[in-house]
Amino acid sequence: MNEPTRSTHSLPAHPRIPPSSGFRFTPTWTLFYKEVLRFGKVWLQTVAAPLVTTLLYLVVFGHALGGRVSVYPGVSYTAFIVPGLMMMSVLQNAFANSSSSLIQAKVTGNIVFLLLSPLGPSEIFVAMTAASIVRGVVVGFAILILALFYLQLPIIHPLWVLVFTLLGAGGMGALGLIAGLWAEKFDQIAGFQNFLIMPLTFLAGVFYSVRSLPPAWQKISLINPFFYVIDGFRYGFFGLSDVSVWLCLAVSAVFAAVASFLAWRLLRSGYKLRQ
Amino acid sequence: MSPPPAVWVSGLRKAYASHLALAGVDLAIPEGEFFGLLGPNGAGKSTLINILAGMVQRSSGRAEIFGFDVERDYRRSRQMLGVVPQELAYDPFFTVREFLRLQSGYFGLRRNDDWIDELMAELDLTDKANANLRSLSGGMKRRVLIAQALVHRPPVVVLDEPTAGVDVELRQGLWRFMRRYNREGHTVILTTHYLEEAEELCSRIGILQRGRLIALDAKDHLLARFTWRVLTVTFDKDPGPLPETLAGFLSGAGENTLVLRLDQSRHSLSSVLAALQDLPAQILDLHVQEPDLEDAFTDILGNVGIEQP
Ligand SMILES: Nc1ncnc2c1ncn2[C@@H]1O[C@H](COP(=O)(O)OP(=O)(O)OP(=O)(O)O)[C@@H](O)[C@H]1O
Ligand SMILES: [Mg+2]
Repeated sequence: MNEPTRSTHSLPAHPRIPPSSGFRFTPTWTLFYKEVLRFGKVWLQTVAAPLVTTLLYLVVFGHALGGRVSVYPGVSYTAFIVPGLMMMSVLQNAFANSSSSLIQAKVTGNIVFLLLSPLGPSEIFVAMTAASIVRGVVVGFAILILALFYLQLPIIHPLWVLVFTLLGAGGMGALGLIAGLWAEKFDQIAGFQNFLIMPLTFLAGVFYSVRSLPPAWQKISLINPFFYVIDGFRYGFFGLSDVSVWLCLAVSAVFAAVASFLAWRLLRSGYKLRQ
Repeated sequence: MSPPPAVWVSGLRKAYASHLALAGVDLAIPEGEFFGLLGPNGAGKSTLINILAGMVQRSSGRAEIFGFDVERDYRRSRQMLGVVPQELAYDPFFTVREFLRLQSGYFGLRRNDDWIDELMAELDLTDKANANLRSLSGGMKRRVLIAQALVHRPPVVVLDEPTAGVDVELRQGLWRFMRRYNREGHTVILTTHYLEEAEELCSRIGILQRGRLIALDAKDHLLARFTWRVLTVTFDKDPGPLPETLAGFLSGAGENTLVLRLDQSRHSLSSVLAALQDLPAQILDLHVQEPDLEDAFTDILGNVGIEQP
């Protein structure tokens, strides 16, 4: 075979040769901005709808159980469920953002525009996870603002609130990436949401303290990572939690780290993106 | 030291499950060339392009853009490359201008509006700048796909069937545009099933079949390999039986017409004409057909088909 001739040394005279590695701001920022713009353009569905759902929970549960149940001394039941509901929405919306963006791009084929670009796995990961966090935070914050019209809520340790928001939303953004990469149809994402995310977040002690559960259920709750995210988050508000806030931090951090690492590995390998 | 070629591919193979889409392709395309990549459906053209673009992972072999490996140095190779994908895709969330700005940003360009405006003007998209991509017709979406490939002024542009489903006017506009882009020193690689398009534009042509490059040559050489001519002669009446000198060339006949096929390199056209004049009928019309790329293409594919049962 006569191999085509080539030489490797001189570079072409082209004005823009990017560095071959390292994090680049503009491409990453652009993808982040696009992802935010995407959910912003359909805010009725992505922000207003989860807000309404959460407020319904708040009104219905708060009203039905408000006078009768007290979880922590000095904290009304309605106030107690607000942080849990907030975090549940943060988690669900962060997941929904990255997973639906990816599956939509895959199904419609416009994922090619991302694949043709020089964005690397780390840049894609950072941009999409950050956009997921933004969506989670926007929804969570909106719930907080509206809840404050309705009741008094202390925020004793704002830093813990912030830390658990970032870990929870970041981990869920990453998990959404994994689901979006793996899924081939919208159905599969919906299945993921309805059979995994919904039950796990719902049963993570949003509406009750796990201490009030029978021992068997307590044990089961304690293997649910979302329980720790929500418990730690609530600690930020009331300074009270079911388990130590440091344990919550450890579990939440491990959850976010594992999900992030997996998502990054899948992106790097081109899993189901680059055949 | 010569600069690396715009595209360099060596021993490139791609296997899908059990199917071999590329069976070892060697190809070097120098900077500034207008290259035509031809081949029947399923030959592996898009697979080759998608490997260059990083959308498909090769099974083995090498592929480089300006010396940058498409996987190890993907960031640089993709920055050098603009691709018009074969499938019509669009993002329904955005307008034409938003989309082109986002695409520029992916390539690290923050302020690119001058070039985006020029591209839109050139591709006749200016009045659609603020229209949602969803609302565009198929041909318009195709134009956006072309603009998208050029936002970062790549030195190498690959067009995978850019003129499929495009009207005559745009096709010609597109040809002009691609010629200009090529004249400015950029490398253009075109895949098409319209052979007259390749003949018109490309200076060198590669033909893929079943994952192999079965021909690779300058267009003129490819055409010059086909030295035969087809002569269609119309008479005023039936010319009667042919003399032996002509009978061997006969490839068809109709009412008062004869179709002769002869190899110019071996037979003299003037002696054939003389023999025709000697026939007992008057020649009313004479038509000489030169081989075009389509003939060359069919011929090459046909030969290879026989060699590889
Ligand atoms: N994702 C895939 N999985 C399995 N086989 C594939 C895949 N993509 C392409 N192929 C196969 O690889 C071969 C080459 O396909 P390719 O798309 O490269 O052909 P092509 O030359 O571009 O054809 P066309 O002119 O129809 O666009 C075909 O047999 C095709 O079926
Ligand atoms: Mg193709």
